[in-house]
Amino acid sequence: MKVRVLVRPRDGILDPQGQAVERALPALGYEGVSNVHVGRLIELEVADDGTPAIVARVEEMCERLLANPLIESYEVQPLPDE
Amino acid sequence: MKPKFGVIVFPGSCDERDAYHAVDLIEGAEPKFLWHGDRDLKGVDVVVVPGGFSYGDYLRAGAIARFSPVMEAVARFAAEGGLVLGICNGFQVLCEAGLLPGALLPNRSLRFVCRQVDVVVENDRTPFTAACERGELLSVPVKHTTGCYFAPPEILEEIERNEQVLLRYAPGGNPNGSLADIAGVVNPGRNVFGLMPHPEHAVDSFTGSTDGAKIFHSLVEACTAGVG
Repeated sequence: MKVRVLVRPRDGILDPQGQAVERALPALGYEGVSNVHVGRLIELEVADDGTPAIVARVEEMCERLLANPLIESYEVQPLPDE
Repeated sequence: MKPKFGVIVFPGSCDERDAYHAVDLIEGAEPKFLWHGDRDLKGVDVVVVPGGFSYGDYLRAGAIARFSPVMEAVARFAAEGGLVLGICNGFQVLCEAGLLPGALLPNRSLRFVCRQVDVVVENDRTPFTAACERGELLSVPVKHTTGCYFAPPEILEEIERNEQVLLRYAPGGNPNGSLADIAGVVNPGRNVFGLMPHPEHAVDSFTGSTDGAKIFHSLVEACTAGVG
């Protein structure tokens, strides 16, 4: 099963990358853009053993490696088969 | 018995030779390298996790290194009270491994900073700072992109209360936006210490300061006195 993981800076955590992008956009003429945040997208293919626990397993991967829960939040999205 | 310092070498480490040299300069201390694939620590008394870009800093700085075989041994060593010093990338690795509280974020300026800074010794009653005096200024270099110390309010309050902040950037000299000007933090057991500045680059007057040697001298004294 294909799974997409979105990792974002936690609310209120300093996000200098988001701020830098937000400051750069007006320079290109794009006004009125706010709350820009830069995170990370991770796509995985997890062997499907027929149990419904894949999402829980990926969440565990997020807690242990894919995200640092102290500073990042994550969202696990199972992707429909193509 | 000469205290033995094991300096870990990860793929992507770059400050391990300076750390080795800093230990080698001290009479009565013996440096050796430990490889990231080692599963035992070869009987060392102190572990140094050096600066660099372990495993390319992929995912997050320090995130992959913490799962290397040697870090499992370091976690056991630390749990038994062994002395562990993490410098720069080593600090990031120890935070990722949960051996130290908090995390390192990208510098507030988003720029790589490389300069000499003054840090204030906040607590001199630890194996890492005993050769310093409380309130003393140490001149040491920083060079990093991801050095902005962060901890949630409840953890920050706890480490301040427990006097776990050993080093703070001097007022007005915070190079990276760290919370409360924090430059170095020790664990509650006072045996695992991480800092962003590089004491191993400040051990020879040739480079302008020898203040960094005090951290290594503190550790040698601690070992000789039978602590750790």
